[in-house]
Amino acid sequence: MKWNKKDLLGIRELTKEEILFVLDSADSFKDISKREVKKVPTLRGKTVITLFYEPSTRTRTSFEIAAKRLSADTINISASTSSYIKGETLKDTAKNLESMKPDAIVIRHSMPGAPHMLSKYMKSSVINGGDGAHEHPTQALLDLFTIREKKNRIDGLNITIVGDIAHSRVARSNVFALRHFNTHITLCGPPTMIPHDIESLGIQVEYNVEKAVQDADVIMMLRIQKERGGIAYIPSIKEYSSIYGLKTEHLKRAKKDVIIMHPGPMNRGIEISDEVADGPYSVILDQVENGVAVRMATLYLLIGREI
Amino acid sequence: MGKKTVSLLDKKAVDRTITRITHEILEKNKGYEDLCLIGIRTRGIYLAKRINDKIKVVEDIVLPLGILDITMYRDDIFKLKSPEVKKTDIPFDLNNMTIILIDDVMHTGRTTRAAIDAIMDLGRPKKIQLAVLVDRGDRELPMHPDYAGIFYNVSPEEAVLVRLREIDGKDEVIVVRT
Repeated sequence: MKWNKKDLLGIRELTKEEILFVLDSADSFKDISKREVKKVPTLRGKTVITLFYEPSTRTRTSFEIAAKRLSADTINISASTSSYIKGETLKDTAKNLESMKPDAIVIRHSMPGAPHMLSKYMKSSVINGGDGAHEHPTQALLDLFTIREKKNRIDGLNITIVGDIAHSRVARSNVFALRHFNTHITLCGPPTMIPHDIESLGIQVEYNVEKAVQDADVIMMLRIQKERGGIAYIPSIKEYSSIYGLKTEHLKRAKKDVIIMHPGPMNRGIEISDEVADGPYSVILDQVENGVAVRMATLYLLIGREI
Repeated sequence: MGKKTVSLLDKKAVDRTITRITHEILEKNKGYEDLCLIGIRTRGIYLAKRINDKIKVVEDIVLPLGILDITMYRDDIFKLKSPEVKKTDIPFDLNNMTIILIDDVMHTGRTTRAAIDAIMDLGRPKKIQLAVLVDRGDRELPMHPDYAGIFYNVSPEEAVLVRLREIDGKDEVIVVRT
């Protein structure tokens, strides 16, 4: 398998072979994090900048740890401490950063397409760390990695995603990824949070959680995207929680080895109960662990070699 | 077109050579105490397994055996055509062990350098020794095998191919001239 992509802008641009290649590579990189010496010299001399215009705990830390475990140097820039607040445009910021010769820039921005725009101006690799409600490719890759790790397969699984689908880049990227496999995808949420005409993609839509989780192998819970106005699409948080929040009794309808996923941050008591989040079916922290491995694989494939 | 092949070792010679290396390993280390075998992907794995089989016959013991993938430690990683990284699998404690590192062909010494660095990140062995089936000369680093099957000084227009039945269907070492 050859890899000739410079950027990771979205799952939509990846072939099934490329997705599987990232997952297989991540499998080897995962072992590094389990060793006493959690470092390999693979990306020695490379520089990775994380440029985050939106808050993040997991993704930014995960990219930084991934880069450091590969011996790359990392610099983190967040909007609140950058010249963004002095009025510098994204393009100017990026071009100025590029003058310092980084090898990759991981960008998170509330504007969909921001990484795509940057990639046109930059020689460095651009990695989408989440662009508005559009895509979050490394999240979908780590979700697929976790599903494959827990189920030993992706094909043939019933996968249910519950929550604010319309505003979720995680849901979009996951749907793009899962559609390469022979999966049955069910999306569930209030009608106002389900994208129009999504059924035409061959996806099942349910407005009732009990029905949506019936025979599910994987249940992925999403939070309400308050920062994207998600709250305006529901009458109240309390009502949303009582109708769409995942509780222990729902799990009886799913397959008995169901796994519960959540990209974080969780709003406990709203979309997911404590019992489910901390229960035996939860793989939420495995997702975080796998995120480092998937991002190591991503960085290695994008900047590890001459393309 | 115009490719000529010369046989260096046939099936029987490959087996005899591995037998000799096995005995040399046991002789040099005065037995098998604290000894373990680590095969470098890909063909080093099968050579390591065969050496272990022969040790079983001679000493009636099976040594710990590990698999090493050196891709992440290579100094030419930026030029690799295939970016595939495979798993390293060393299911035992390396500390204070005498490691026999096993590879099919030794050439520049860069693979050995990468392998030693990879092992050092996994523990602190007492000793590392190197066994190869073919030493083709032309070193770029100060490395030397402790056990070599055959030495063949390869000219620039030649390439050495090691074939092992486990993955290539037959055992032989040949030189291909272009």
